[in-house]
Amino acid sequence: MISLAGRDILHAWGKFVFTGMGLGLLIGITLSMAGIYRGMVDDAKVLLDNSGADLWVVQKDTLGPYAEPSSIYDDIWRGIRGIPGVDQAANITYLTMQVSKKGGDVRVLVAGMTPGGPGIPGWPPYLVAGRQITRSHYEAVADITSGLKLGECIKLRRNHYTIVGLTRRMVSSNGDPMIFIPLKDAQEEQFLKDNDAIWAQRRRTAENPAFNRPGVPGLLGAIIASQSTNPYVNAILVRVKKGYDPEQVAESIRRWKRLTVYTRSQMEEIVVGKLIATAAKQIFMFLVILSLVSSAIVAFIIYTLTLGKIREIAVLKLIGTKNRTIVGLIMQQSIALGVIGFVVGKIAATLLMAPIFPKYVLLEPLDSVIGFIAVVVICILSSIVAIHAALKVDPAEAIGG
Amino acid sequence: MGDKGIQIMGLRKRYGSGNTAVEALKKVDMHVAPGEVVGLIGPSGSGKTTLLKCLGAVIEPTAGKMILGDDVIYDDGWKVKDLRVLRRDRIGFVFQAPYLIPFLDVTDNVALLPMLAGVPNAEARKRARELFKALDVEHRAKVMPSQLSGGEQQRVAIARGLVNRPPVILADEPTAPLDSERAVAVIRILNDVAKKFETAIIVVTHDGIIIPAFRRIYHIRDGVTYEEAGEGREFA
Ligand SMILES: Nc1ncnc2c1ncn2[C@@H]1O[C@H](COP(=O)(O)OP(=O)(O)OP(=O)(O)O)[C@@H](O)[C@H]1O
Ligand SMILES: [Mg+2]
Repeated sequence: MISLAGRDILHAWGKFVFTGMGLGLLIGITLSMAGIYRGMVDDAKVLLDNSGADLWVVQKDTLGPYAEPSSIYDDIWRGIRGIPGVDQAANITYLTMQVSKKGGDVRVLVAGMTPGGPGIPGWPPYLVAGRQITRSHYEAVADITSGLKLGECIKLRRNHYTIVGLTRRMVSSNGDPMIFIPLKDAQEEQFLKDNDAIWAQRRRTAENPAFNRPGVPGLLGAIIASQSTNPYVNAILVRVKKGYDPEQVAESIRRWKRLTVYTRSQMEEIVVGKLIATAAKQIFMFLVILSLVSSAIVAFIIYTLTLGKIREIAVLKLIGTKNRTIVGLIMQQSIALGVIGFVVGKIAATLLMAPIFPKYVLLEPLDSVIGFIAVVVICILSSIVAIHAALKVDPAEAIGG
Repeated sequence: MGDKGIQIMGLRKRYGSGNTAVEALKKVDMHVAPGEVVGLIGPSGSGKTTLLKCLGAVIEPTAGKMILGDDVIYDDGWKVKDLRVLRRDRIGFVFQAPYLIPFLDVTDNVALLPMLAGVPNAEARKRARELFKALDVEHRAKVMPSQLSGGEQQRVAIARGLVNRPPVILADEPTAPLDSERAVAVIRILNDVAKKFETAIIVVTHDGIIIPAFRRIYHIRDGVTYEEAGEGREFA
């Protein structure tokens, strides 16, 4: 027996290839969408991985530091370091800002890290160029996707920083590149106002009789001094000693320090489940819509192709072709269209969309397999209308009038 | 007259029901012996196509009896289980329009029928090519149907009707798209085939040119058949 579907496709290959390519672009967008979602999740996980922390200690009852603002005193870490099971505890600050550089500006997540060198939680674990920060001020390490170059000078708020090292895959949960600066600088950037504002604040403090009491010398000076320092950080990254259960360590920090502590899996739940949940839902909606559009297109094309073959189908039935063979003819064509579309889509997603898309697109092999199965299933379902039409054809039609 | 070939006794067919019912066949009696080609002639709407559809097992008669070879296929109800297999193995069809499958080449258009019945591809194609020789389309065996002339297409369609060696061939105005010379040639081929393969052939026609080519003719009028005496009807 010969393959009727195959012969028909060869006969009308132009139609199949062009339709398949159109469908392929849709499938390519669908695959890219899935890739964007995977990329977002991966960005979030990378952020957690690269922080080098097992536990995140944050302001009580907040989802900080990534999903909600969190602020705690910068000396709490000392007490935490003394808790059994804690290997290292390091302050960290995060500040999202726009950094101007040559050729436009870029949105970055500025991390302020505790001095001490790589190995301290919060430090970039590896560099692709340059060196780690060695001075305690005005040096920065940037993610390579920021477009910053070694030796380049950037201005964050009031201060200038020199890029001394470049790292990679250090991104925020939004996919923004990170810039690492010393903690003290970062605390200042978060807090420090411009000169006019400082001057105005001092004046207001001096005018307040409660702060500027006659006969209490030094009070005003002390208050102003306390106003111009920032004793807060956003979180403490904790690394747990080998052999200790992070959840137990977290529990003792919660009990003794009255702070909220998240383990790695809880943090992942927050970042993936809450921070990027809306974006993920949008992408899921797009996936659904694109799948519906694709199946509508396949259904329409296959239906049209089948209607064009009604007479031949009547003849096939008249000469004793099994219904199964006719169903096979249509379904195989539908699947063939899907396979062409998938191949085109996969190529388009890999070569065209992933490299130029402004977000990280992670094309997982498993997603491709699922996508392929989905395409085949959609094609089979889409051919049902056409199959229904074909099975309704009366062999008597072939005999005519 | 043996009991082979086609025998139709008192066949009736009514389309629809109630007061929109059409009595397309009222009383059809026919007999076609193996090796014989008979013409079926009648005005438009007289029931010719309806009769072929009943015989071809694509519509169900209302009453009567049809015998194919030794088997009663219809006796106030179908007597064969699988009409599809009956059509595939025992009835050849030739239509007014050739209706070849456009995506199969000429050989496979014909070879498809034995293939559907489970004959291996090579053997099926061999059977097709043998027929092409007889029908003089050998040289066109590898082209697509769209590259054939109308006459060539019709001859390929005839080959398709013959390839499974059905004991019965039903042809509905097979010569309509052909010029008179070719039309006569087609009837000649059908006569040859009928003799060679002991086939019973019914040809529906309007075509005055080919009417003399039949040895026996049935007339049908308002769903009733009359046999015309075959005196002096000798195939030229
Ligand atoms: N499917 C149908 N439903 C109802 N009536 C039908 C149907 N098919 C045919 N008829 C009627 O049955 C009668 C016989 O039709 P048939 O097609 O057999 O005629 P015919 O002899 O083949 O005519 P022609 O030479 O024009 O092809 C006509 O009156 C026609 O209107
Ligand atoms: Mg007719």
